[in-house]
Amino acid sequence: MTAYIGKRLLAAIPVILGLSIIVFLVMKLIPGDPAQALLGSYATPDNVERINRALGLDRSWPEQYVIWIGNLLQGDFGRSYILNRPVIDEVLDRFGATLVLAGASLLICSVLGIFAGIVSAVRQFGWTDRIVTFFVLIGISMPAFFLGLVFILFFAVQWRLLPASGMYAVYGGGDLPDLLRHLILPAGTLAIVATGVVARLTRAAMLEVLRQDFIRTARAKGLSENAVIYRHAFRAALVSIIPVIGIQAGFVLGGAVYIETVFQWPGLGQMLVKAVSTRDLLLVQGGVLVAATLYVLVNLLADVAQAMLDPRLKA
Amino acid sequence: MRRLIAAAITAASMLFALPAFSQTPPNVLVVGQIAEPKSLDPHAVTAVNDFRILMNVYDGLTRYKDGTLEPEPALAESWEISDDGITYTFKLREGVTFHDGTPLNAEAVKFNFDRMLKEDHPYHDTGPFPLAFYFSAVEEVTAVDDLTVEFKLKEPFAPFLSNLAYPTGLIVSPEAVKENGKDFGRNPVGTGAFKFEEWQANSRVVVTRNEDYWDGAPPLEAVIYRPITDTNTRIAEMLSGGLDVMVEVPPDSLQQFRDDANFSVYEQAGPHVWFLILNMKEGPFAEKAVRQAANYAINKKALVENILQGTAEVAAGPTPPAFAWAYNDELQPYPYDPEKAKQLLEEAGYDGEELTFYVTEGGSGMLDPIAMGTAIQADLQAVGMKVNIETYEWNTFLGKVNPGLEGKADMAEMAWMTSDPDTLPFLTLRTAAWPEEGGFNSSYYSNPEVDELLDQARVSTDPDERAELYKQVQALTNEDAPWLFVANWKQNAVVTSAVEDFELQPDFGLVLRDVSKP
Repeated sequence: MTAYIGKRLLAAIPVILGLSIIVFLVMKLIPGDPAQALLGSYATPDNVERINRALGLDRSWPEQYVIWIGNLLQGDFGRSYILNRPVIDEVLDRFGATLVLAGASLLICSVLGIFAGIVSAVRQFGWTDRIVTFFVLIGISMPAFFLGLVFILFFAVQWRLLPASGMYAVYGGGDLPDLLRHLILPAGTLAIVATGVVARLTRAAMLEVLRQDFIRTARAKGLSENAVIYRHAFRAALVSIIPVIGIQAGFVLGGAVYIETVFQWPGLGQMLVKAVSTRDLLLVQGGVLVAATLYVLVNLLADVAQAMLDPRLKA
Repeated sequence: MRRLIAAAITAASMLFALPAFSQTPPNVLVVGQIAEPKSLDPHAVTAVNDFRILMNVYDGLTRYKDGTLEPEPALAESWEISDDGITYTFKLREGVTFHDGTPLNAEAVKFNFDRMLKEDHPYHDTGPFPLAFYFSAVEEVTAVDDLTVEFKLKEPFAPFLSNLAYPTGLIVSPEAVKENGKDFGRNPVGTGAFKFEEWQANSRVVVTRNEDYWDGAPPLEAVIYRPITDTNTRIAEMLSGGLDVMVEVPPDSLQQFRDDANFSVYEQAGPHVWFLILNMKEGPFAEKAVRQAANYAINKKALVENILQGTAEVAAGPTPPAFAWAYNDELQPYPYDPEKAKQLLEEAGYDGEELTFYVTEGGSGMLDPIAMGTAIQADLQAVGMKVNIETYEWNTFLGKVNPGLEGKADMAEMAWMTSDPDTLPFLTLRTAAWPEEGGFNSSYYSNPEVDELLDQARVSTDPDERAELYKQVQALTNEDAPWLFVANWKQNAVVTSAVEDFELQPDFGLVLRDVSKP
């Protein structure tokens, strides 16, 4: 197992390196540069040149990239052009927030999605199945940023039950209940689509397992229906559900980009949006690098969990 | 399972039972900003959004007199200008200290300008300083004695005192710069009414009352700036009681706040002008009558009332009325007169040639550029001018417009906000400011008389004489119509009824030293 994990981690390195080259090239190819973003309407050629020189952007592209990689290997992510702050500080400040948001959504979508999927499968074509399927389809089809605004409108503005935005209250607060209250709306919104996907696939996996012989045997042995479904059928279905959750991790990380903007969640996604629009290349590189690594790790985790559940996969 | 659900309901009800939104506490003002500040080093930033914090943490040598754009003494108690307009000698206020306890003296002032302007200064690398050119006229700063500082200019430069009042002229603590280096922008130290307390990345910047403020300690104990980038979220946060002040309210929502007794709406015309650059070098707009016809053809009143919903006023010329002292109030905006426009077009022999119109998706001060561009296109169409719109993202747009419109387009949207009536004409209307000379005269306007007037205004140290010269410039450009003059934006803010003595300033700043919230 250790050798397998090691191999997977090594395989991730060229992926992340390739990604950094693509991000670098894309950022260089889109028009505009940090100097223009800083200067706005004052961006005369003279001023732009002066700022570019100060930022080290007057060097050639390959030179800039090699310098960046060289520094990175020594643990230096560089300085954000626009924020004038070490990239690593900014990324770490925001990494925790994204982890909390994405983690909570992943938890919500796994628990709710699996539960809904099982219920749906057990009562296939019954009323429960139809109702669950109806809501799941609505969840999958609704744009999350719009849903987020609707939630804010009702929960924060109309009923004043939950805060509209932010991660902590701006005064007082700062403790766990405060965090949870701020977390409910964004994590819930972010989880909705993923919940739908998990529910649909759990339903399919469960239906397949429920048709198999060992389930009939379990029932014939006189086991209670709960024991048959949760202990036997679900455990078998879990093998195909876990990779789905791994994929949803990527979806949740991607979705965080706009959910963080709507809810003013101080995470990586929001930082990346701003960094791209100000052409803050090093900050984009730093953020993408961390997000990609996280994605690789979560998927590795899912694969390991799957292998542990299914002895056939260990070989 | 049932037990699990019961536990979940209990936990949820505990969360909801807590006061989910608490009214903000007395004497603490929560301001909803449109973005997180880039830095709190006044010399390193360019955005109004950042200035709103900086003006309260720092002072400059001069500041704008309340409600105007006229400089008055701040850290400098008084000044003298030599007859040739080259030497400015400032007498500093006695006993002023920075928040870190170090004294404000002539050496500190010198450090500030040397850091920005001299590439060999040991702390120049704490930049870059994008707006340092506001002070490019400065040749040398000398500390004459502890409280006297002398600026020697390369040439007479009349906007100097206004530029000192601009946020780029705010004075920072040299000791704090030396201590924090490049991270000074995250650990700001000034002399202002509020002291920097903490900056929590992307969630808040907190400043607290400076008890020793030279102009009297402010009534507020603290101000919390919250960045909320999404407009809808910002409005929701204001409506749900999480903010005391919200700036840059979109026109669509202003009415909602106006109708609600819990809120007051403030508006203030600022030094802003929204216009179309017309390409005078080639194509139909090379002809003065065609440019004037376009000015007559646009229903500017409908633009500001319908699209901008009263958040702007119709512009008459290149200088916004906010510069009251230099504004030519005899000047009238081109009236909406499509018949006259058609007649002028006919006289000029306009043959229906198609026009290319650069529109941006959004950008600093651009208001609602796509809707405005479309309305302008329709108005021009109505008098027989066929206009093709090309839309670009802001940075790309600037990259196309700033180098000049020649060979690319006939017209382009643009907006400016400036600190002095000199800046905009100087950068955009002089012959010497054509793009190839490094200026922003993208319409290739050239009128020797205007050039001469602007040169004179720049070197004159008599405000009345300067005002007279600028008024003549406005009259001339109004007649020549190198631009299509459209609108002057009014800055707005909504505050809750708990906030007292709130005022918006014409420089788009947010000065909070007199605001209270008992």
